[in-house]
Amino acid sequence: MLANYGYKDGSGDYFITINTDLCNGCGECVAVCPANIFIVVDEDPNDPMRDGPVAIVAEEKKKKLKYECNPCKPTQNRPPLPCVEACKTGAISHSW
Amino acid sequence: MQIEMREEKKQEFWRWKESNWKNPDIEWRSGKFITLGIDVGSVSSQAVVMVDGQIFAYSNMRTGSDSPHSARKALDFVLEATDMPEDRVDYCVGTGYGRVNVPMADRTITEIACHARGANFIYGPEVRTVLDVGGQDIKAIQCDEKGRVTNFLMNDKCAAGTGRGMEVFADLLGIAIDEVGERSFQVKEEPPPVSSTCVVYAKSEALGLLRKGWSREKVLAAYCRAMAERIYSLVERLGVKPQLAVTGGLAKNSGVIERLMFMIGLKPMNSKWDAQIAGAIGAALFGYALCQKGKGRKK
Amino acid sequence: MISAGIDCGAKKTKTVIMRDGKIAGKGIVLAGFDLDKAVHDSYKMALRQAGIRSEDVESIGGTGAGKEAVKNADELVNEIKAMARGAFYFFPDARTVVDVGAEEGRAAKLDEKGNAIDFAINEKCAAGAGTFIEAMARALETPLEEMGPLALKSDKQIPMNAQCVIFAESEVVGLIHAKTPKADISRAIHDAMASRIVSMIRRIGVNKEVVMLGGVAYNPAFVEAIRRELDLERLYVPDYPEFGMAVGAAVVAAEKAQGR
Repeated sequence: MLANYGYKDGSGDYFITINTDLCNGCGECVAVCPANIFIVVDEDPNDPMRDGPVAIVAEEKKKKLKYECNPCKPTQNRPPLPCVEACKTGAISHSW
Repeated sequence: MQIEMREEKKQEFWRWKESNWKNPDIEWRSGKFITLGIDVGSVSSQAVVMVDGQIFAYSNMRTGSDSPHSARKALDFVLEATDMPEDRVDYCVGTGYGRVNVPMADRTITEIACHARGANFIYGPEVRTVLDVGGQDIKAIQCDEKGRVTNFLMNDKCAAGTGRGMEVFADLLGIAIDEVGERSFQVKEEPPPVSSTCVVYAKSEALGLLRKGWSREKVLAAYCRAMAERIYSLVERLGVKPQLAVTGGLAKNSGVIERLMFMIGLKPMNSKWDAQIAGAIGAALFGYALCQKGKGRKK
Repeated sequence: MISAGIDCGAKKTKTVIMRDGKIAGKGIVLAGFDLDKAVHDSYKMALRQAGIRSEDVESIGGTGAGKEAVKNADELVNEIKAMARGAFYFFPDARTVVDVGAEEGRAAKLDEKGNAIDFAINEKCAAGAGTFIEAMARALETPLEEMGPLALKSDKQIPMNAQCVIFAESEVVGLIHAKTPKADISRAIHDAMASRIVSMIRRIGVNKEVVMLGGVAYNPAFVEAIRRELDLERLYVPDYPEFGMAVGAAVVAAEKAQGR
């Protein structure tokens, strides 16, 4: 499953995407995100039939992504995102 | 004092009928697994009782300020329609924005999973895209023939394009929420959409239009169109795979849905079931699936 | 050299008359529904204060969301440029400028000549502009100008969850019902707003010194919340922050007239 968590600002809609079929729940993304948006849970609340842990965007962060993810989206010289770099299975991607 | 007055005024235009219903053809006593799905949304709450995966009874009510209480009320209201005792329920799944506050739930599952599963049940296995427009947010979901989510996206919580935004406008224009759809088509020609996305700015824009002499219906049409465009921009991002089902309270607002469907180029699907209970249906179905898998309540 | 800068904001129209690089007069009126009249009135007000006749004004710069209404403008200045030049006029050391008005929030990074080299804008969401505090003041039944001083009385941090004005209104009403002290609610409102503005500033990177412009900079609690959130010693706020862009427009108009 592709889980897209996003926000809209003056310039468009943006999303952080977790491919839960690739995610192994290792938790590397949890450690590197400067805004602590990720958590790893044993039961995927979006996919009740899944077995095994998975990374999701924490409930209380979902509605704040516009502000939490913004500092990782500078207007120029964009570095790779820490979460995308840390994910060894390539499960995390983003749309900006 | 001022706050109380405002709430009184809101109720007038917000009010929609609460209901409960029981399926006379189903006998709960002969059921193997009885599962309960409770969907506590920001605006409405639903409870669905299923007997072996078939809808036995449901209720649909307004959510109060207190989620645990709303869950309880929805459950009491559905049981009222039946002669089944509450302790006969094998498994209860809570979903919706207030899902963490469903005290009787054995497990909580997001409304994304539940609406996809529920839409699959209500509209059939051809459903590939589900659009859930609730009181607080919009979710676009793609699913497979079993109602399993393959792709979803949700936006941060902004009132634009949500049921709450529509309520603000119903209130502003003094038009009852269940008349919004019909009234929005009582215009000679379709006006251009309200240009502000943000509900706050759209409101001041609307006041300006009313001062300019626009009729309330025309302003409403302009807002319905803006809302349809806002929802469309989100669905477009995900891509629409037919068939498309709309769930959530806004599914009942023809003013937005018909305009949206025209942009998408599809016809809305029909069903005998109320689209607003899709989430609770999905929750009850997951409860049933978990019971069948032997993952039910540990007794 | 006499020039004028007229800033047509969402809520107010501001005019500044400058003579040889010094502010000679200011005018400010509510924009209302007749922008042309607002432009005319604020311009006349500034001329009167400066004691200058309109025919002596050599160049007029218009800026702001409604700048098209400045019919007599010699130069239409884009908002980013106007805020950059305005901040640079007040504080030549300014390297980051933030302008929060009634309906828009903007941040820009400046070079040593006061030119904007990078910027970010929030123009479509009331949660990131002055409207947010205004709407919350209504929900709290507190006059807008008392919101800031009230917030400064609180030493308690309450997180606000809602990110949208519409949902935040209900949240504030909920806090009132829960008997939360008004001062703490007001602080929560300012903190929430500041964190949104700061995330916008962080996109362009914080470059000292930071200058704040726009009407919201009159609010001491808001400036303090931004300073805290940015973890800076101090922020620079001119005496009349809401005239910042008008000053910038007047500066640019003067430069153009002098062929620079």
